[in-house]
Amino acid sequence: MAMFIRVEVDPQVAGQADLVKKLVEVCPVDIFATGQDGALAIVEQNLDECTLCDLCIQACPPGTVKVVKLYE
Amino acid sequence: MRFYEYEAKTLLRRYEVPLASFRVASTPEEAAATAGELGGTVVLKSQVLSGGRMKAGGVKFASSPQEARQAAAEILRLPISGQVPRSVLIEPKAPVAKEYYAGVIYNTLAKRPAIIFSDMGGIDIEEVAEQHPEHLTQATFSSLRPVSDYKMKEVVASLGITGNELTALTPILSRLARAFLAHGLTLAEINPLARLENGSFVCLDCHVDMDEDARDRQGALLQELGIGREETRQARPPTPFEIRGAQIDAQDTRGVAGRIVEFDGDLGLIIGAGGGSLTLFDAVRKYGGRAANYCEIGGNPSVSKACELTKLILSKPGVDKIAVMMNVVSNTRVDIVARGVIKGVVESGYDPAEKIAIFRIPGSWEGEGFKILRKYGVEYYDRSVSMDEAARRAVAKMQTV
Amino acid sequence: MSILIDENTTFIIQGITGREAVNVTRECLNYGAKVVGGVTPGRKGRDVYGVPVFDTVRQITERMRVDASVVTVPPAFAADAAMEAIEAGIKLIVIVTERMPRNETVQLIELADQYGARVIGPNCLGIISPHKSKVGGVGGPAEDTRKAYMPGPVGVLSRSGGMTTEIANTLTAAGLGQSTAISIGGDPIIGNTYADFMPLFEADPETRAIVIYSEPGGTMEAQLATYLREQKSRLPVVAFMAGRFMDQMPGMRFGHAGTIVEGKADTSAEKIRRMREAGISVAEEVSEIPRLVRERLG
Ligand code: SF4
Repeated sequence: MAMFIRVEVDPQVAGQADLVKKLVEVCPVDIFATGQDGALAIVEQNLDECTLCDLCIQACPPGTVKVVKLYE
Repeated sequence: MRFYEYEAKTLLRRYEVPLASFRVASTPEEAAATAGELGGTVVLKSQVLSGGRMKAGGVKFASSPQEARQAAAEILRLPISGQVPRSVLIEPKAPVAKEYYAGVIYNTLAKRPAIIFSDMGGIDIEEVAEQHPEHLTQATFSSLRPVSDYKMKEVVASLGITGNELTALTPILSRLARAFLAHGLTLAEINPLARLENGSFVCLDCHVDMDEDARDRQGALLQELGIGREETRQARPPTPFEIRGAQIDAQDTRGVAGRIVEFDGDLGLIIGAGGGSLTLFDAVRKYGGRAANYCEIGGNPSVSKACELTKLILSKPGVDKIAVMMNVVSNTRVDIVARGVIKGVVESGYDPAEKIAIFRIPGSWEGEGFKILRKYGVEYYDRSVSMDEAARRAVAKMQTV
Repeated sequence: MSILIDENTTFIIQGITGREAVNVTRECLNYGAKVVGGVTPGRKGRDVYGVPVFDTVRQITERMRVDASVVTVPPAFAADAAMEAIEAGIKLIVIVTERMPRNETVQLIELADQYGARVIGPNCLGIISPHKSKVGGVGGPAEDTRKAYMPGPVGVLSRSGGMTTEIANTLTAAGLGQSTAISIGGDPIIGNTYADFMPLFEADPETRAIVIYSEPGGTMEAQLATYLREQKSRLPVVAFMAGRFMDQMPGMRFGHAGTIVEGKADTSAEKIRRMREAGISVAEEVSEIPRLVRERLG
């Protein structure tokens, strides 16, 4: 279970193949993956490795991806 | 990484260093059979990684297969410096006229390989250096050019040696130097290098150490010698706890969280990096702390590595609390270590506020790290508390419980 | 003043597209350092934070002046990368790579000697002349580096990269700045030892004292002691020795590859004795260093 980080992705983004591909590419610690149906999957066991690099946030339309620090 | 004598001799044979025809036996029966085949008087030598075999009774002579069986049985039963012999090396006893010494090392200040030669072999070379310096000579040589015979000739001649001895010794030194450079060795030593009664030379005993960091490049040689990856050949074999630590460090390539050495105290240490760990371990001892382990974290390890390392240390019987301390960090991130350690404590079923005696890692991403530590109620300090003071406080906490 | 690097120093990063190298590039740029290019074979035309990437070192040196190179490639390629930089005419080579085989380290150092180039490392974090430039990861992110380092009269030489910053930070907190701080490398064989750097500090009028961080293993502390005695150095030296516990554990390697007690001369006790004999003040803990430096500065 992730203790420190939660990532929230707007359902619209999560269904868009090109944005999903981008997210999978940019995250240095493999938090994003492509699910069976091509939709976005969050890799639960990697969440706490998040480096807070913001690359996922920059890769998508403003406000659609949120990285939440659970310790704040 | 030290080689057994039979491994070292196998390597030197490839470089045409003159050797007696040696064999290896792992049972008294094999030893008896080998002695029979070689005929005459043979020498049997314990194959252990430590020196001082002669004194310890690990070298015996036998003039018949029966004697060889008996000698091998005794040698194989006899641990030397805590090490059980792997086998016995058997070779014909040589009629020695005179003993020499030849060795190759790195001169770390000149930053070059160096050849050392003495006409007083058979004793410890440090002793020769201290008591008979006039019998010892050395010279650095190039690591870029092929080894030059003339360099070795100059070294031998500098002790006043001439004639057949000079011309026979020169190529032996060159070959030793070539083996040294080609195989990433840090020591290649023949002692004694014997002149026999018939004037020929032979390597009676040798000692070869390979650079740990050359192992990847020397795969072919190591495979040929049957030296596996898992053989660390440290001064003492690793404990299961240390092996587990090495596995955690190897689980991913992000940073270091391992290099664990086991001690028997009650204060678990998660410390780093290289120099910081040494400094902090000294400090804990200075204030009377009893460390459960030495370790190193650094190079920005993953959260999961730090977490697994924490769990391992907490699982060690007798560990009461852990202290998490480093020097001011540059590339390791305070928040990442904080996450890993806290996660490890929680997953082990403890309260971080209670289990973590102290957290002192200032530097990169400290603001974010301190937020996490505050949230879990962990006692933490920034750079205004010195490493020594942090260690002192950690130890003091152990004594109040 | 400072030694080896200042605000005009231009340098490249070999292996610039690697994970840690990307960080180092950003940190150096943010500190105001002049990173003029990077090399990763096959990646020509890309850029890292605006720094152009090339396939070979010569593609950069043909175009502009390059004073230094930071080598951050994996151990199997590090010696080759360093030799490429040396033969392209670069005179200061900072090797960050850890776990380089010793036979390759001595080869590249020998080549550097032939070309009149200076090698720092391997297994180091680089050099910093506070508020001027830093070449390598020493100090970490620019804002952290500014907290730990400030300009002043103390030269720092350290066998540990992390402890370079810990010591600088302790000095800075006590109001003692640094002229140049060098992480000299943790390997048994390094391009330049304490004594090798001393003439440079000697010639730098701003430097008025030296602090060294040392460990068991090797003979470079003894070499420094001899240097100080023979050269009648004007510079007082303060030393801190870590790893004292290792004296009881011969043959075990702790910390850096160069840190192992193999004989009596390697022990911390023996090294401390020799350093004290040569007039070096030996601190019992890091926090004592500023006081000892002030004492020696008079
Ligand atoms: S902030 Fe960076 S590490 Fe975290 S999820 Fe986004 S891309 Fe991955």
